[in-house]
Amino acid sequence: MSVLPYLIAGWLFLIGCYGLATSRNLIHAVGCLAVCQSSTYVLLLAIGYRDGGTAPVFSDIAPGSRPVVDPVVQALTLTDIVIGATVTALLLSLVIQVAKRHRTVDPDELSELRG
Amino acid sequence: MSSRLRLWVLAAGGLGVAVLFVLACFDLPAFGGLRHPYGDRAVHAALARHTANTVSSVNFDQRAFDTLGEESILFGSVVGTVVLLRQTRDEGRLPPEPATVAPPVRRYALIALPVTLLIGLYVIAHGQLSPGGGFQGGVVVATALHLLYIAVDYRALERIRPVGLYEVADAAGEAAYLLVGTAALVTGAAFLTNFLPYGTFNTLSSGGTVPLLNAAIGVEVACGVVVLLARFLDQAVEIESGDRDDEAEAGT
Repeated sequence: MSVLPYLIAGWLFLIGCYGLATSRNLIHAVGCLAVCQSSTYVLLLAIGYRDGGTAPVFSDIAPGSRPVVDPVVQALTLTDIVIGATVTALLLSLVIQVAKRHRTVDPDELSELRG
Repeated sequence: MSSRLRLWVLAAGGLGVAVLFVLACFDLPAFGGLRHPYGDRAVHAALARHTANTVSSVNFDQRAFDTLGEESILFGSVVGTVVLLRQTRDEGRLPPEPATVAPPVRRYALIALPVTLLIGLYVIAHGQLSPGGGFQGGVVVATALHLLYIAVDYRALERIRPVGLYEVADAAGEAAYLLVGTAALVTGAAFLTNFLPYGTFNTLSSGGTVPLLNAAIGVEVACGVVVLLARFLDQAVEIESGDRDDEAEAGT
């Protein structure tokens, strides 16, 4: 099944979306967003994989002696993880303020406007 | 919208995405395939520039401008969190209480602290040689400082963590990255070109500007994470919400 890793990425994304849409707690929703984002890590790393490949680091292997996996998507995944962590921090600080101002973290109860 | 209707809309959208995604998957290059044109070229370029860790070479040399954008997002979200989690007018600040810590926890956390700090600095310094770099090492360094919170208490952490200083260092890390990029302009090359001599392959000084940019990112990430966690911990430990909201609610 050579498409299985790609399908797992799609499944992670959809299950994260399901969690986001049915969430009754904003902290849980932020966690679901992180699950959605992790699907992109799986997809990127799956695209970059090469059969029998090792890490693209040549401090302990001679260049050309072994196949290496694609370093470009690994660098993209690193970027992705950093952005994911900072966005999570920003969203959680928003949740803290929502909880303080509205005394609830249930998105369904946050329908009214308050100054 | 009722929750039942919402689920139906979600199911329709999810099903559509799933069908399109599965169809797209069968058109993707096969998993584990041998054809990686960008990867091969990136490896070639990294070796030509004497950088053993290809991922670092991609991040801090070949795609250094993209990393500047990524770093700016990190910087922006730290600033955003600082603004969102500031102490508001109706909130008071309680001095944290001294806490008692179980002796084994204290002992092992205090042993782990210098080791973790050293590992973090090692990971930052060896970013061009082995897996790691400024982003990863910076997080490890920031974690090391917070072992003091586990080992002693919040007051001890506050003593080694003047948040203002870390905020300045965070900005300095961002500025250092820009300055290294601008220095390339002075030599007549494009912004963020790797203008330094590439050095001997597989030594600490190899990679040209890669170690410098790694260090700048390391400073920024370590200080950024410390500032972020300081804001969250302040909310949990020190800041007490005022009772203006309660009065407002009682009045309505």
